[in-house]
Amino acid sequence: MPVYLGKRLLVAIPTLLIISIFVFSLQKLLPGDPILAMAGEERDPATLEFLRAKYHLNDPIIVQYFSWLGGILTGDFGISLRTNQPVLELIGQKLPVTIQLAVMAMFFAMIIGIPIGILAAVKKNTWIDYVANIVALSGLSIPNFWLGIMLILLVSVKLGWLPASGYESIFVDPVRSIQTMIMPAFVLGNALAATLMRHTRSAMVGVMNADYIRTARAKGLSPRQVVLSHSFRNALLPVITLLALLFGELLAGAVLTEQIFTIPGFGKMTVDAVFNRDYAVVQGIVLCTAVGFILMNLLADMAYVLLNPRLRATL
Amino acid sequence: MSASPVLSVKNLTTSFLVDGEWKQVVRNVSFDVHPGETVAIVGESGSGKSVTSLSIMRLLSPASSRIEGEVLLSGRNLLSLPESEMRGVRGNDVSMIFQEPMTSLNPIFTIGRQISEVLTRHKGLSKQEARAETVRLLEKVRIPNASSRFDEYPHQFSGGMRQRVMIAMALASKPKLLIADEPTTALDVTIQGQILDLIKILQEEEGMSVLFITHDMGVVAEIADRTIVMYRGEQVETGPTEDIFHHGKHPYTRALLSAVPKLGSMQNHAWPTRFPVVDMATGEAAEPVEVAGTITGGKTPVLAVKNLVTRFPIRSGLLSRQTGAVHAVENVSFDLFQGETLSLVGESGCGKSTTGRSIMRLVEPTAGDIQLDGYDVRRLDQVSLRGMRKSVQMIFQDPFASLNPRMTVGTAIAEPFIKHKLGTAKQAKEKTADLLEKVGLSADMAKRYPHEFSGGQRQRIAIARALSLDPKVIVADESVSALDVSIKAQVCNLLLDLQQNLNLAFLFISHDMAVVERVSHRVAVMYLGEIVEIGPRAAVFDNPQHPYTKKLMAAVPVPDPSRRGIRRGISNDELKSPVRDMDYQPPKREYREVSAGHLVQVG
Repeated sequence: MPVYLGKRLLVAIPTLLIISIFVFSLQKLLPGDPILAMAGEERDPATLEFLRAKYHLNDPIIVQYFSWLGGILTGDFGISLRTNQPVLELIGQKLPVTIQLAVMAMFFAMIIGIPIGILAAVKKNTWIDYVANIVALSGLSIPNFWLGIMLILLVSVKLGWLPASGYESIFVDPVRSIQTMIMPAFVLGNALAATLMRHTRSAMVGVMNADYIRTARAKGLSPRQVVLSHSFRNALLPVITLLALLFGELLAGAVLTEQIFTIPGFGKMTVDAVFNRDYAVVQGIVLCTAVGFILMNLLADMAYVLLNPRLRATL
Repeated sequence: MSASPVLSVKNLTTSFLVDGEWKQVVRNVSFDVHPGETVAIVGESGSGKSVTSLSIMRLLSPASSRIEGEVLLSGRNLLSLPESEMRGVRGNDVSMIFQEPMTSLNPIFTIGRQISEVLTRHKGLSKQEARAETVRLLEKVRIPNASSRFDEYPHQFSGGMRQRVMIAMALASKPKLLIADEPTTALDVTIQGQILDLIKILQEEEGMSVLFITHDMGVVAEIADRTIVMYRGEQVETGPTEDIFHHGKHPYTRALLSAVPKLGSMQNHAWPTRFPVVDMATGEAAEPVEVAGTITGGKTPVLAVKNLVTRFPIRSGLLSRQTGAVHAVENVSFDLFQGETLSLVGESGCGKSTTGRSIMRLVEPTAGDIQLDGYDVRRLDQVSLRGMRKSVQMIFQDPFASLNPRMTVGTAIAEPFIKHKLGTAKQAKEKTADLLEKVGLSADMAKRYPHEFSGGQRQRIAIARALSLDPKVIVADESVSALDVSIKAQVCNLLLDLQQNLNLAFLFISHDMAVVERVSHRVAVMYLGEIVEIGPRAAVFDNPQHPYTKKLMAAVPVPDPSRRGIRRGISNDELKSPVRDMDYQPPKREYREVSAGHLVQVG
């Protein structure tokens, strides 16, 4: 395992470097001059020049990149042009909010998508399967924002069961925190649940046709043992890979969901930063997301290896 | 046979739901299996033999299948049991082993767990008790170091060892009846011998009955007391095995038996001999015809291989450094003349397929010299390599996987001709029509897709495709191994005819000794990447010298029921692996000439 982990981490380094180049060039490629945005009404060339020199914008681009990269590696992500706060500090405030949303959304996606997927596979080509597919398809087709607004209308406005918006830190008031998060997490998890269901179903259908499942049935095992222990654990392998890939979709979905439920998370910060051309913040966000994505996939690969004795043996 | 039967099947009819219609795939099958008896069901693919066994176990999907009739196990009708009670029968009173040992075990559970599951499920044993009993069972099926292998996973076992694990699992609950569905078909011939012996011995020890499903008449002759012959869902003949073999009444039975290649049947033939054509109505076989004089006394071989070595590196560790190599082909030399068939024969992993692929440069050889029709194969660049492939073409094993399902067979056959710019589209079309006729199909079939053809027809199409470049050499890699016996005989005859008409040279790669004996002029026996014996067919088969050649020939089941009592002496020998360390030096090999052209490796 340590060798495998080391190998994977080594591979992650060039990936991260490529991402850093991309992230850095964002600033150069996007329209609009941050110095002009900073200077506001003042267009005095001397001031602009002073600002450019202050932020090393006149240096050759390679030098700019390496000094930027050096900063990143020492934890200096720059200063938000808007709030004058260090970017790292901003991210540190917002990230836990979005992590909580993502974890809860993933939880919803899994408890909805996986069991329905298994059920649809076991009852393949019966009405249960068809209903599950229709539900999944509608889950995929209904836009997040519409479902969100409808839920707010129904659950908060009409029934008054859950708060319509807002956020409470889980460390301050866990109950209230979870209450405020249930609806957004459900909305966000809903679309993922549909994808997850479809993939779980097809993985299960494949596995249930395998020779070793016939062996398990020929042994006289109960349907429960055949499905949950012999089939599902094999079908889980491709599903885990999918879960890690869905993480990206989760972050993209969080942007919109956080807007609807006015949650002060990563997504909202991203939108604000882009609109304000707050490049340092955008760069920090993209970099964090990329690292998160790589970590999730690394985790998925490790889980894959742990679950699959064939791979375990090659370590 | 006074005791009441263990299993009594009466008027079993199984139908499948196909496109909304019920189609009978097994019709009115009735037979008994008595205590301690072995009954074989034999037939070709589509005969319904496996469906019969799955119907007895009720393992077919209830949504798409219907089983009628009676299946009485010790007097209890299994077909009328509720599913929950049936589960108490499966793996307990009746257990089953399957064809594919590589896929029949769950890859993510230890073999110990998979065997003890049966014991905890049916016998109510605790985990510890089940573990002890499982180790005993593993010893019973002769798995070395049983207790230490309890916690290993299926991929850590070879095919033969996995089949032993399957047998241990099937025996765990001491069933009254063991259903073995083609249990040795996927195994190498020496391993097949071991498994057959094991089943025979365990049957005696446990006193159980065996229902043995197979397509192999040789296996039937060796194992079965009584035999049921099935053909297209019908039971065409049932009787004691000797009667079936010597006084078969149904034409199909006789046709099947005369199509079976028998090792040793070529002793009075000087040349490769066509399989006798059997009249399916009468079951009468025509006189086999020798295909003489195809070799034109060629002075220079069309293919000359000298000291061919092909190794595949094994890498491991953080930097993927090479830590060893698979010595797939080691110092192989032979010549092949125009109009000649040289067979490479051996078991899995012996390097016979890699040799064929190396010659075509489908894999890169490590060393050696290959001269093919004037090409120095190992020194060709990409352009001349394409040119060289006009001289040598390949036919593969699986006719289902080797044709592109989205291409009409006409397009597939014409493709090489067009890609090599040998003529216009019109000429390609004419060529395709001509080739289809040559391989025994009709020209108007060119517009059809592969799924519209049977396995045998597809293999003919693959042969037509290989011929479209007018090659001089054809590498036939297990080209008839996946075919049913009657189809196998037809395709072999086709190859012999083509050789006679087109003066083709065949490098015939096969594990099937009996087929090899039938079609070859010369034979090379391969073991662990090396040729251990090579020579004229008659010399190698009538006077085998190398111990491995002898062992291989002794292991081949012969369709002769008088051999039923034979035991090969159970052994646990596994096929050895040609994986070597980096500092491995292949030993220097010497060959002794037994007779003209018959060489055997010494030491």
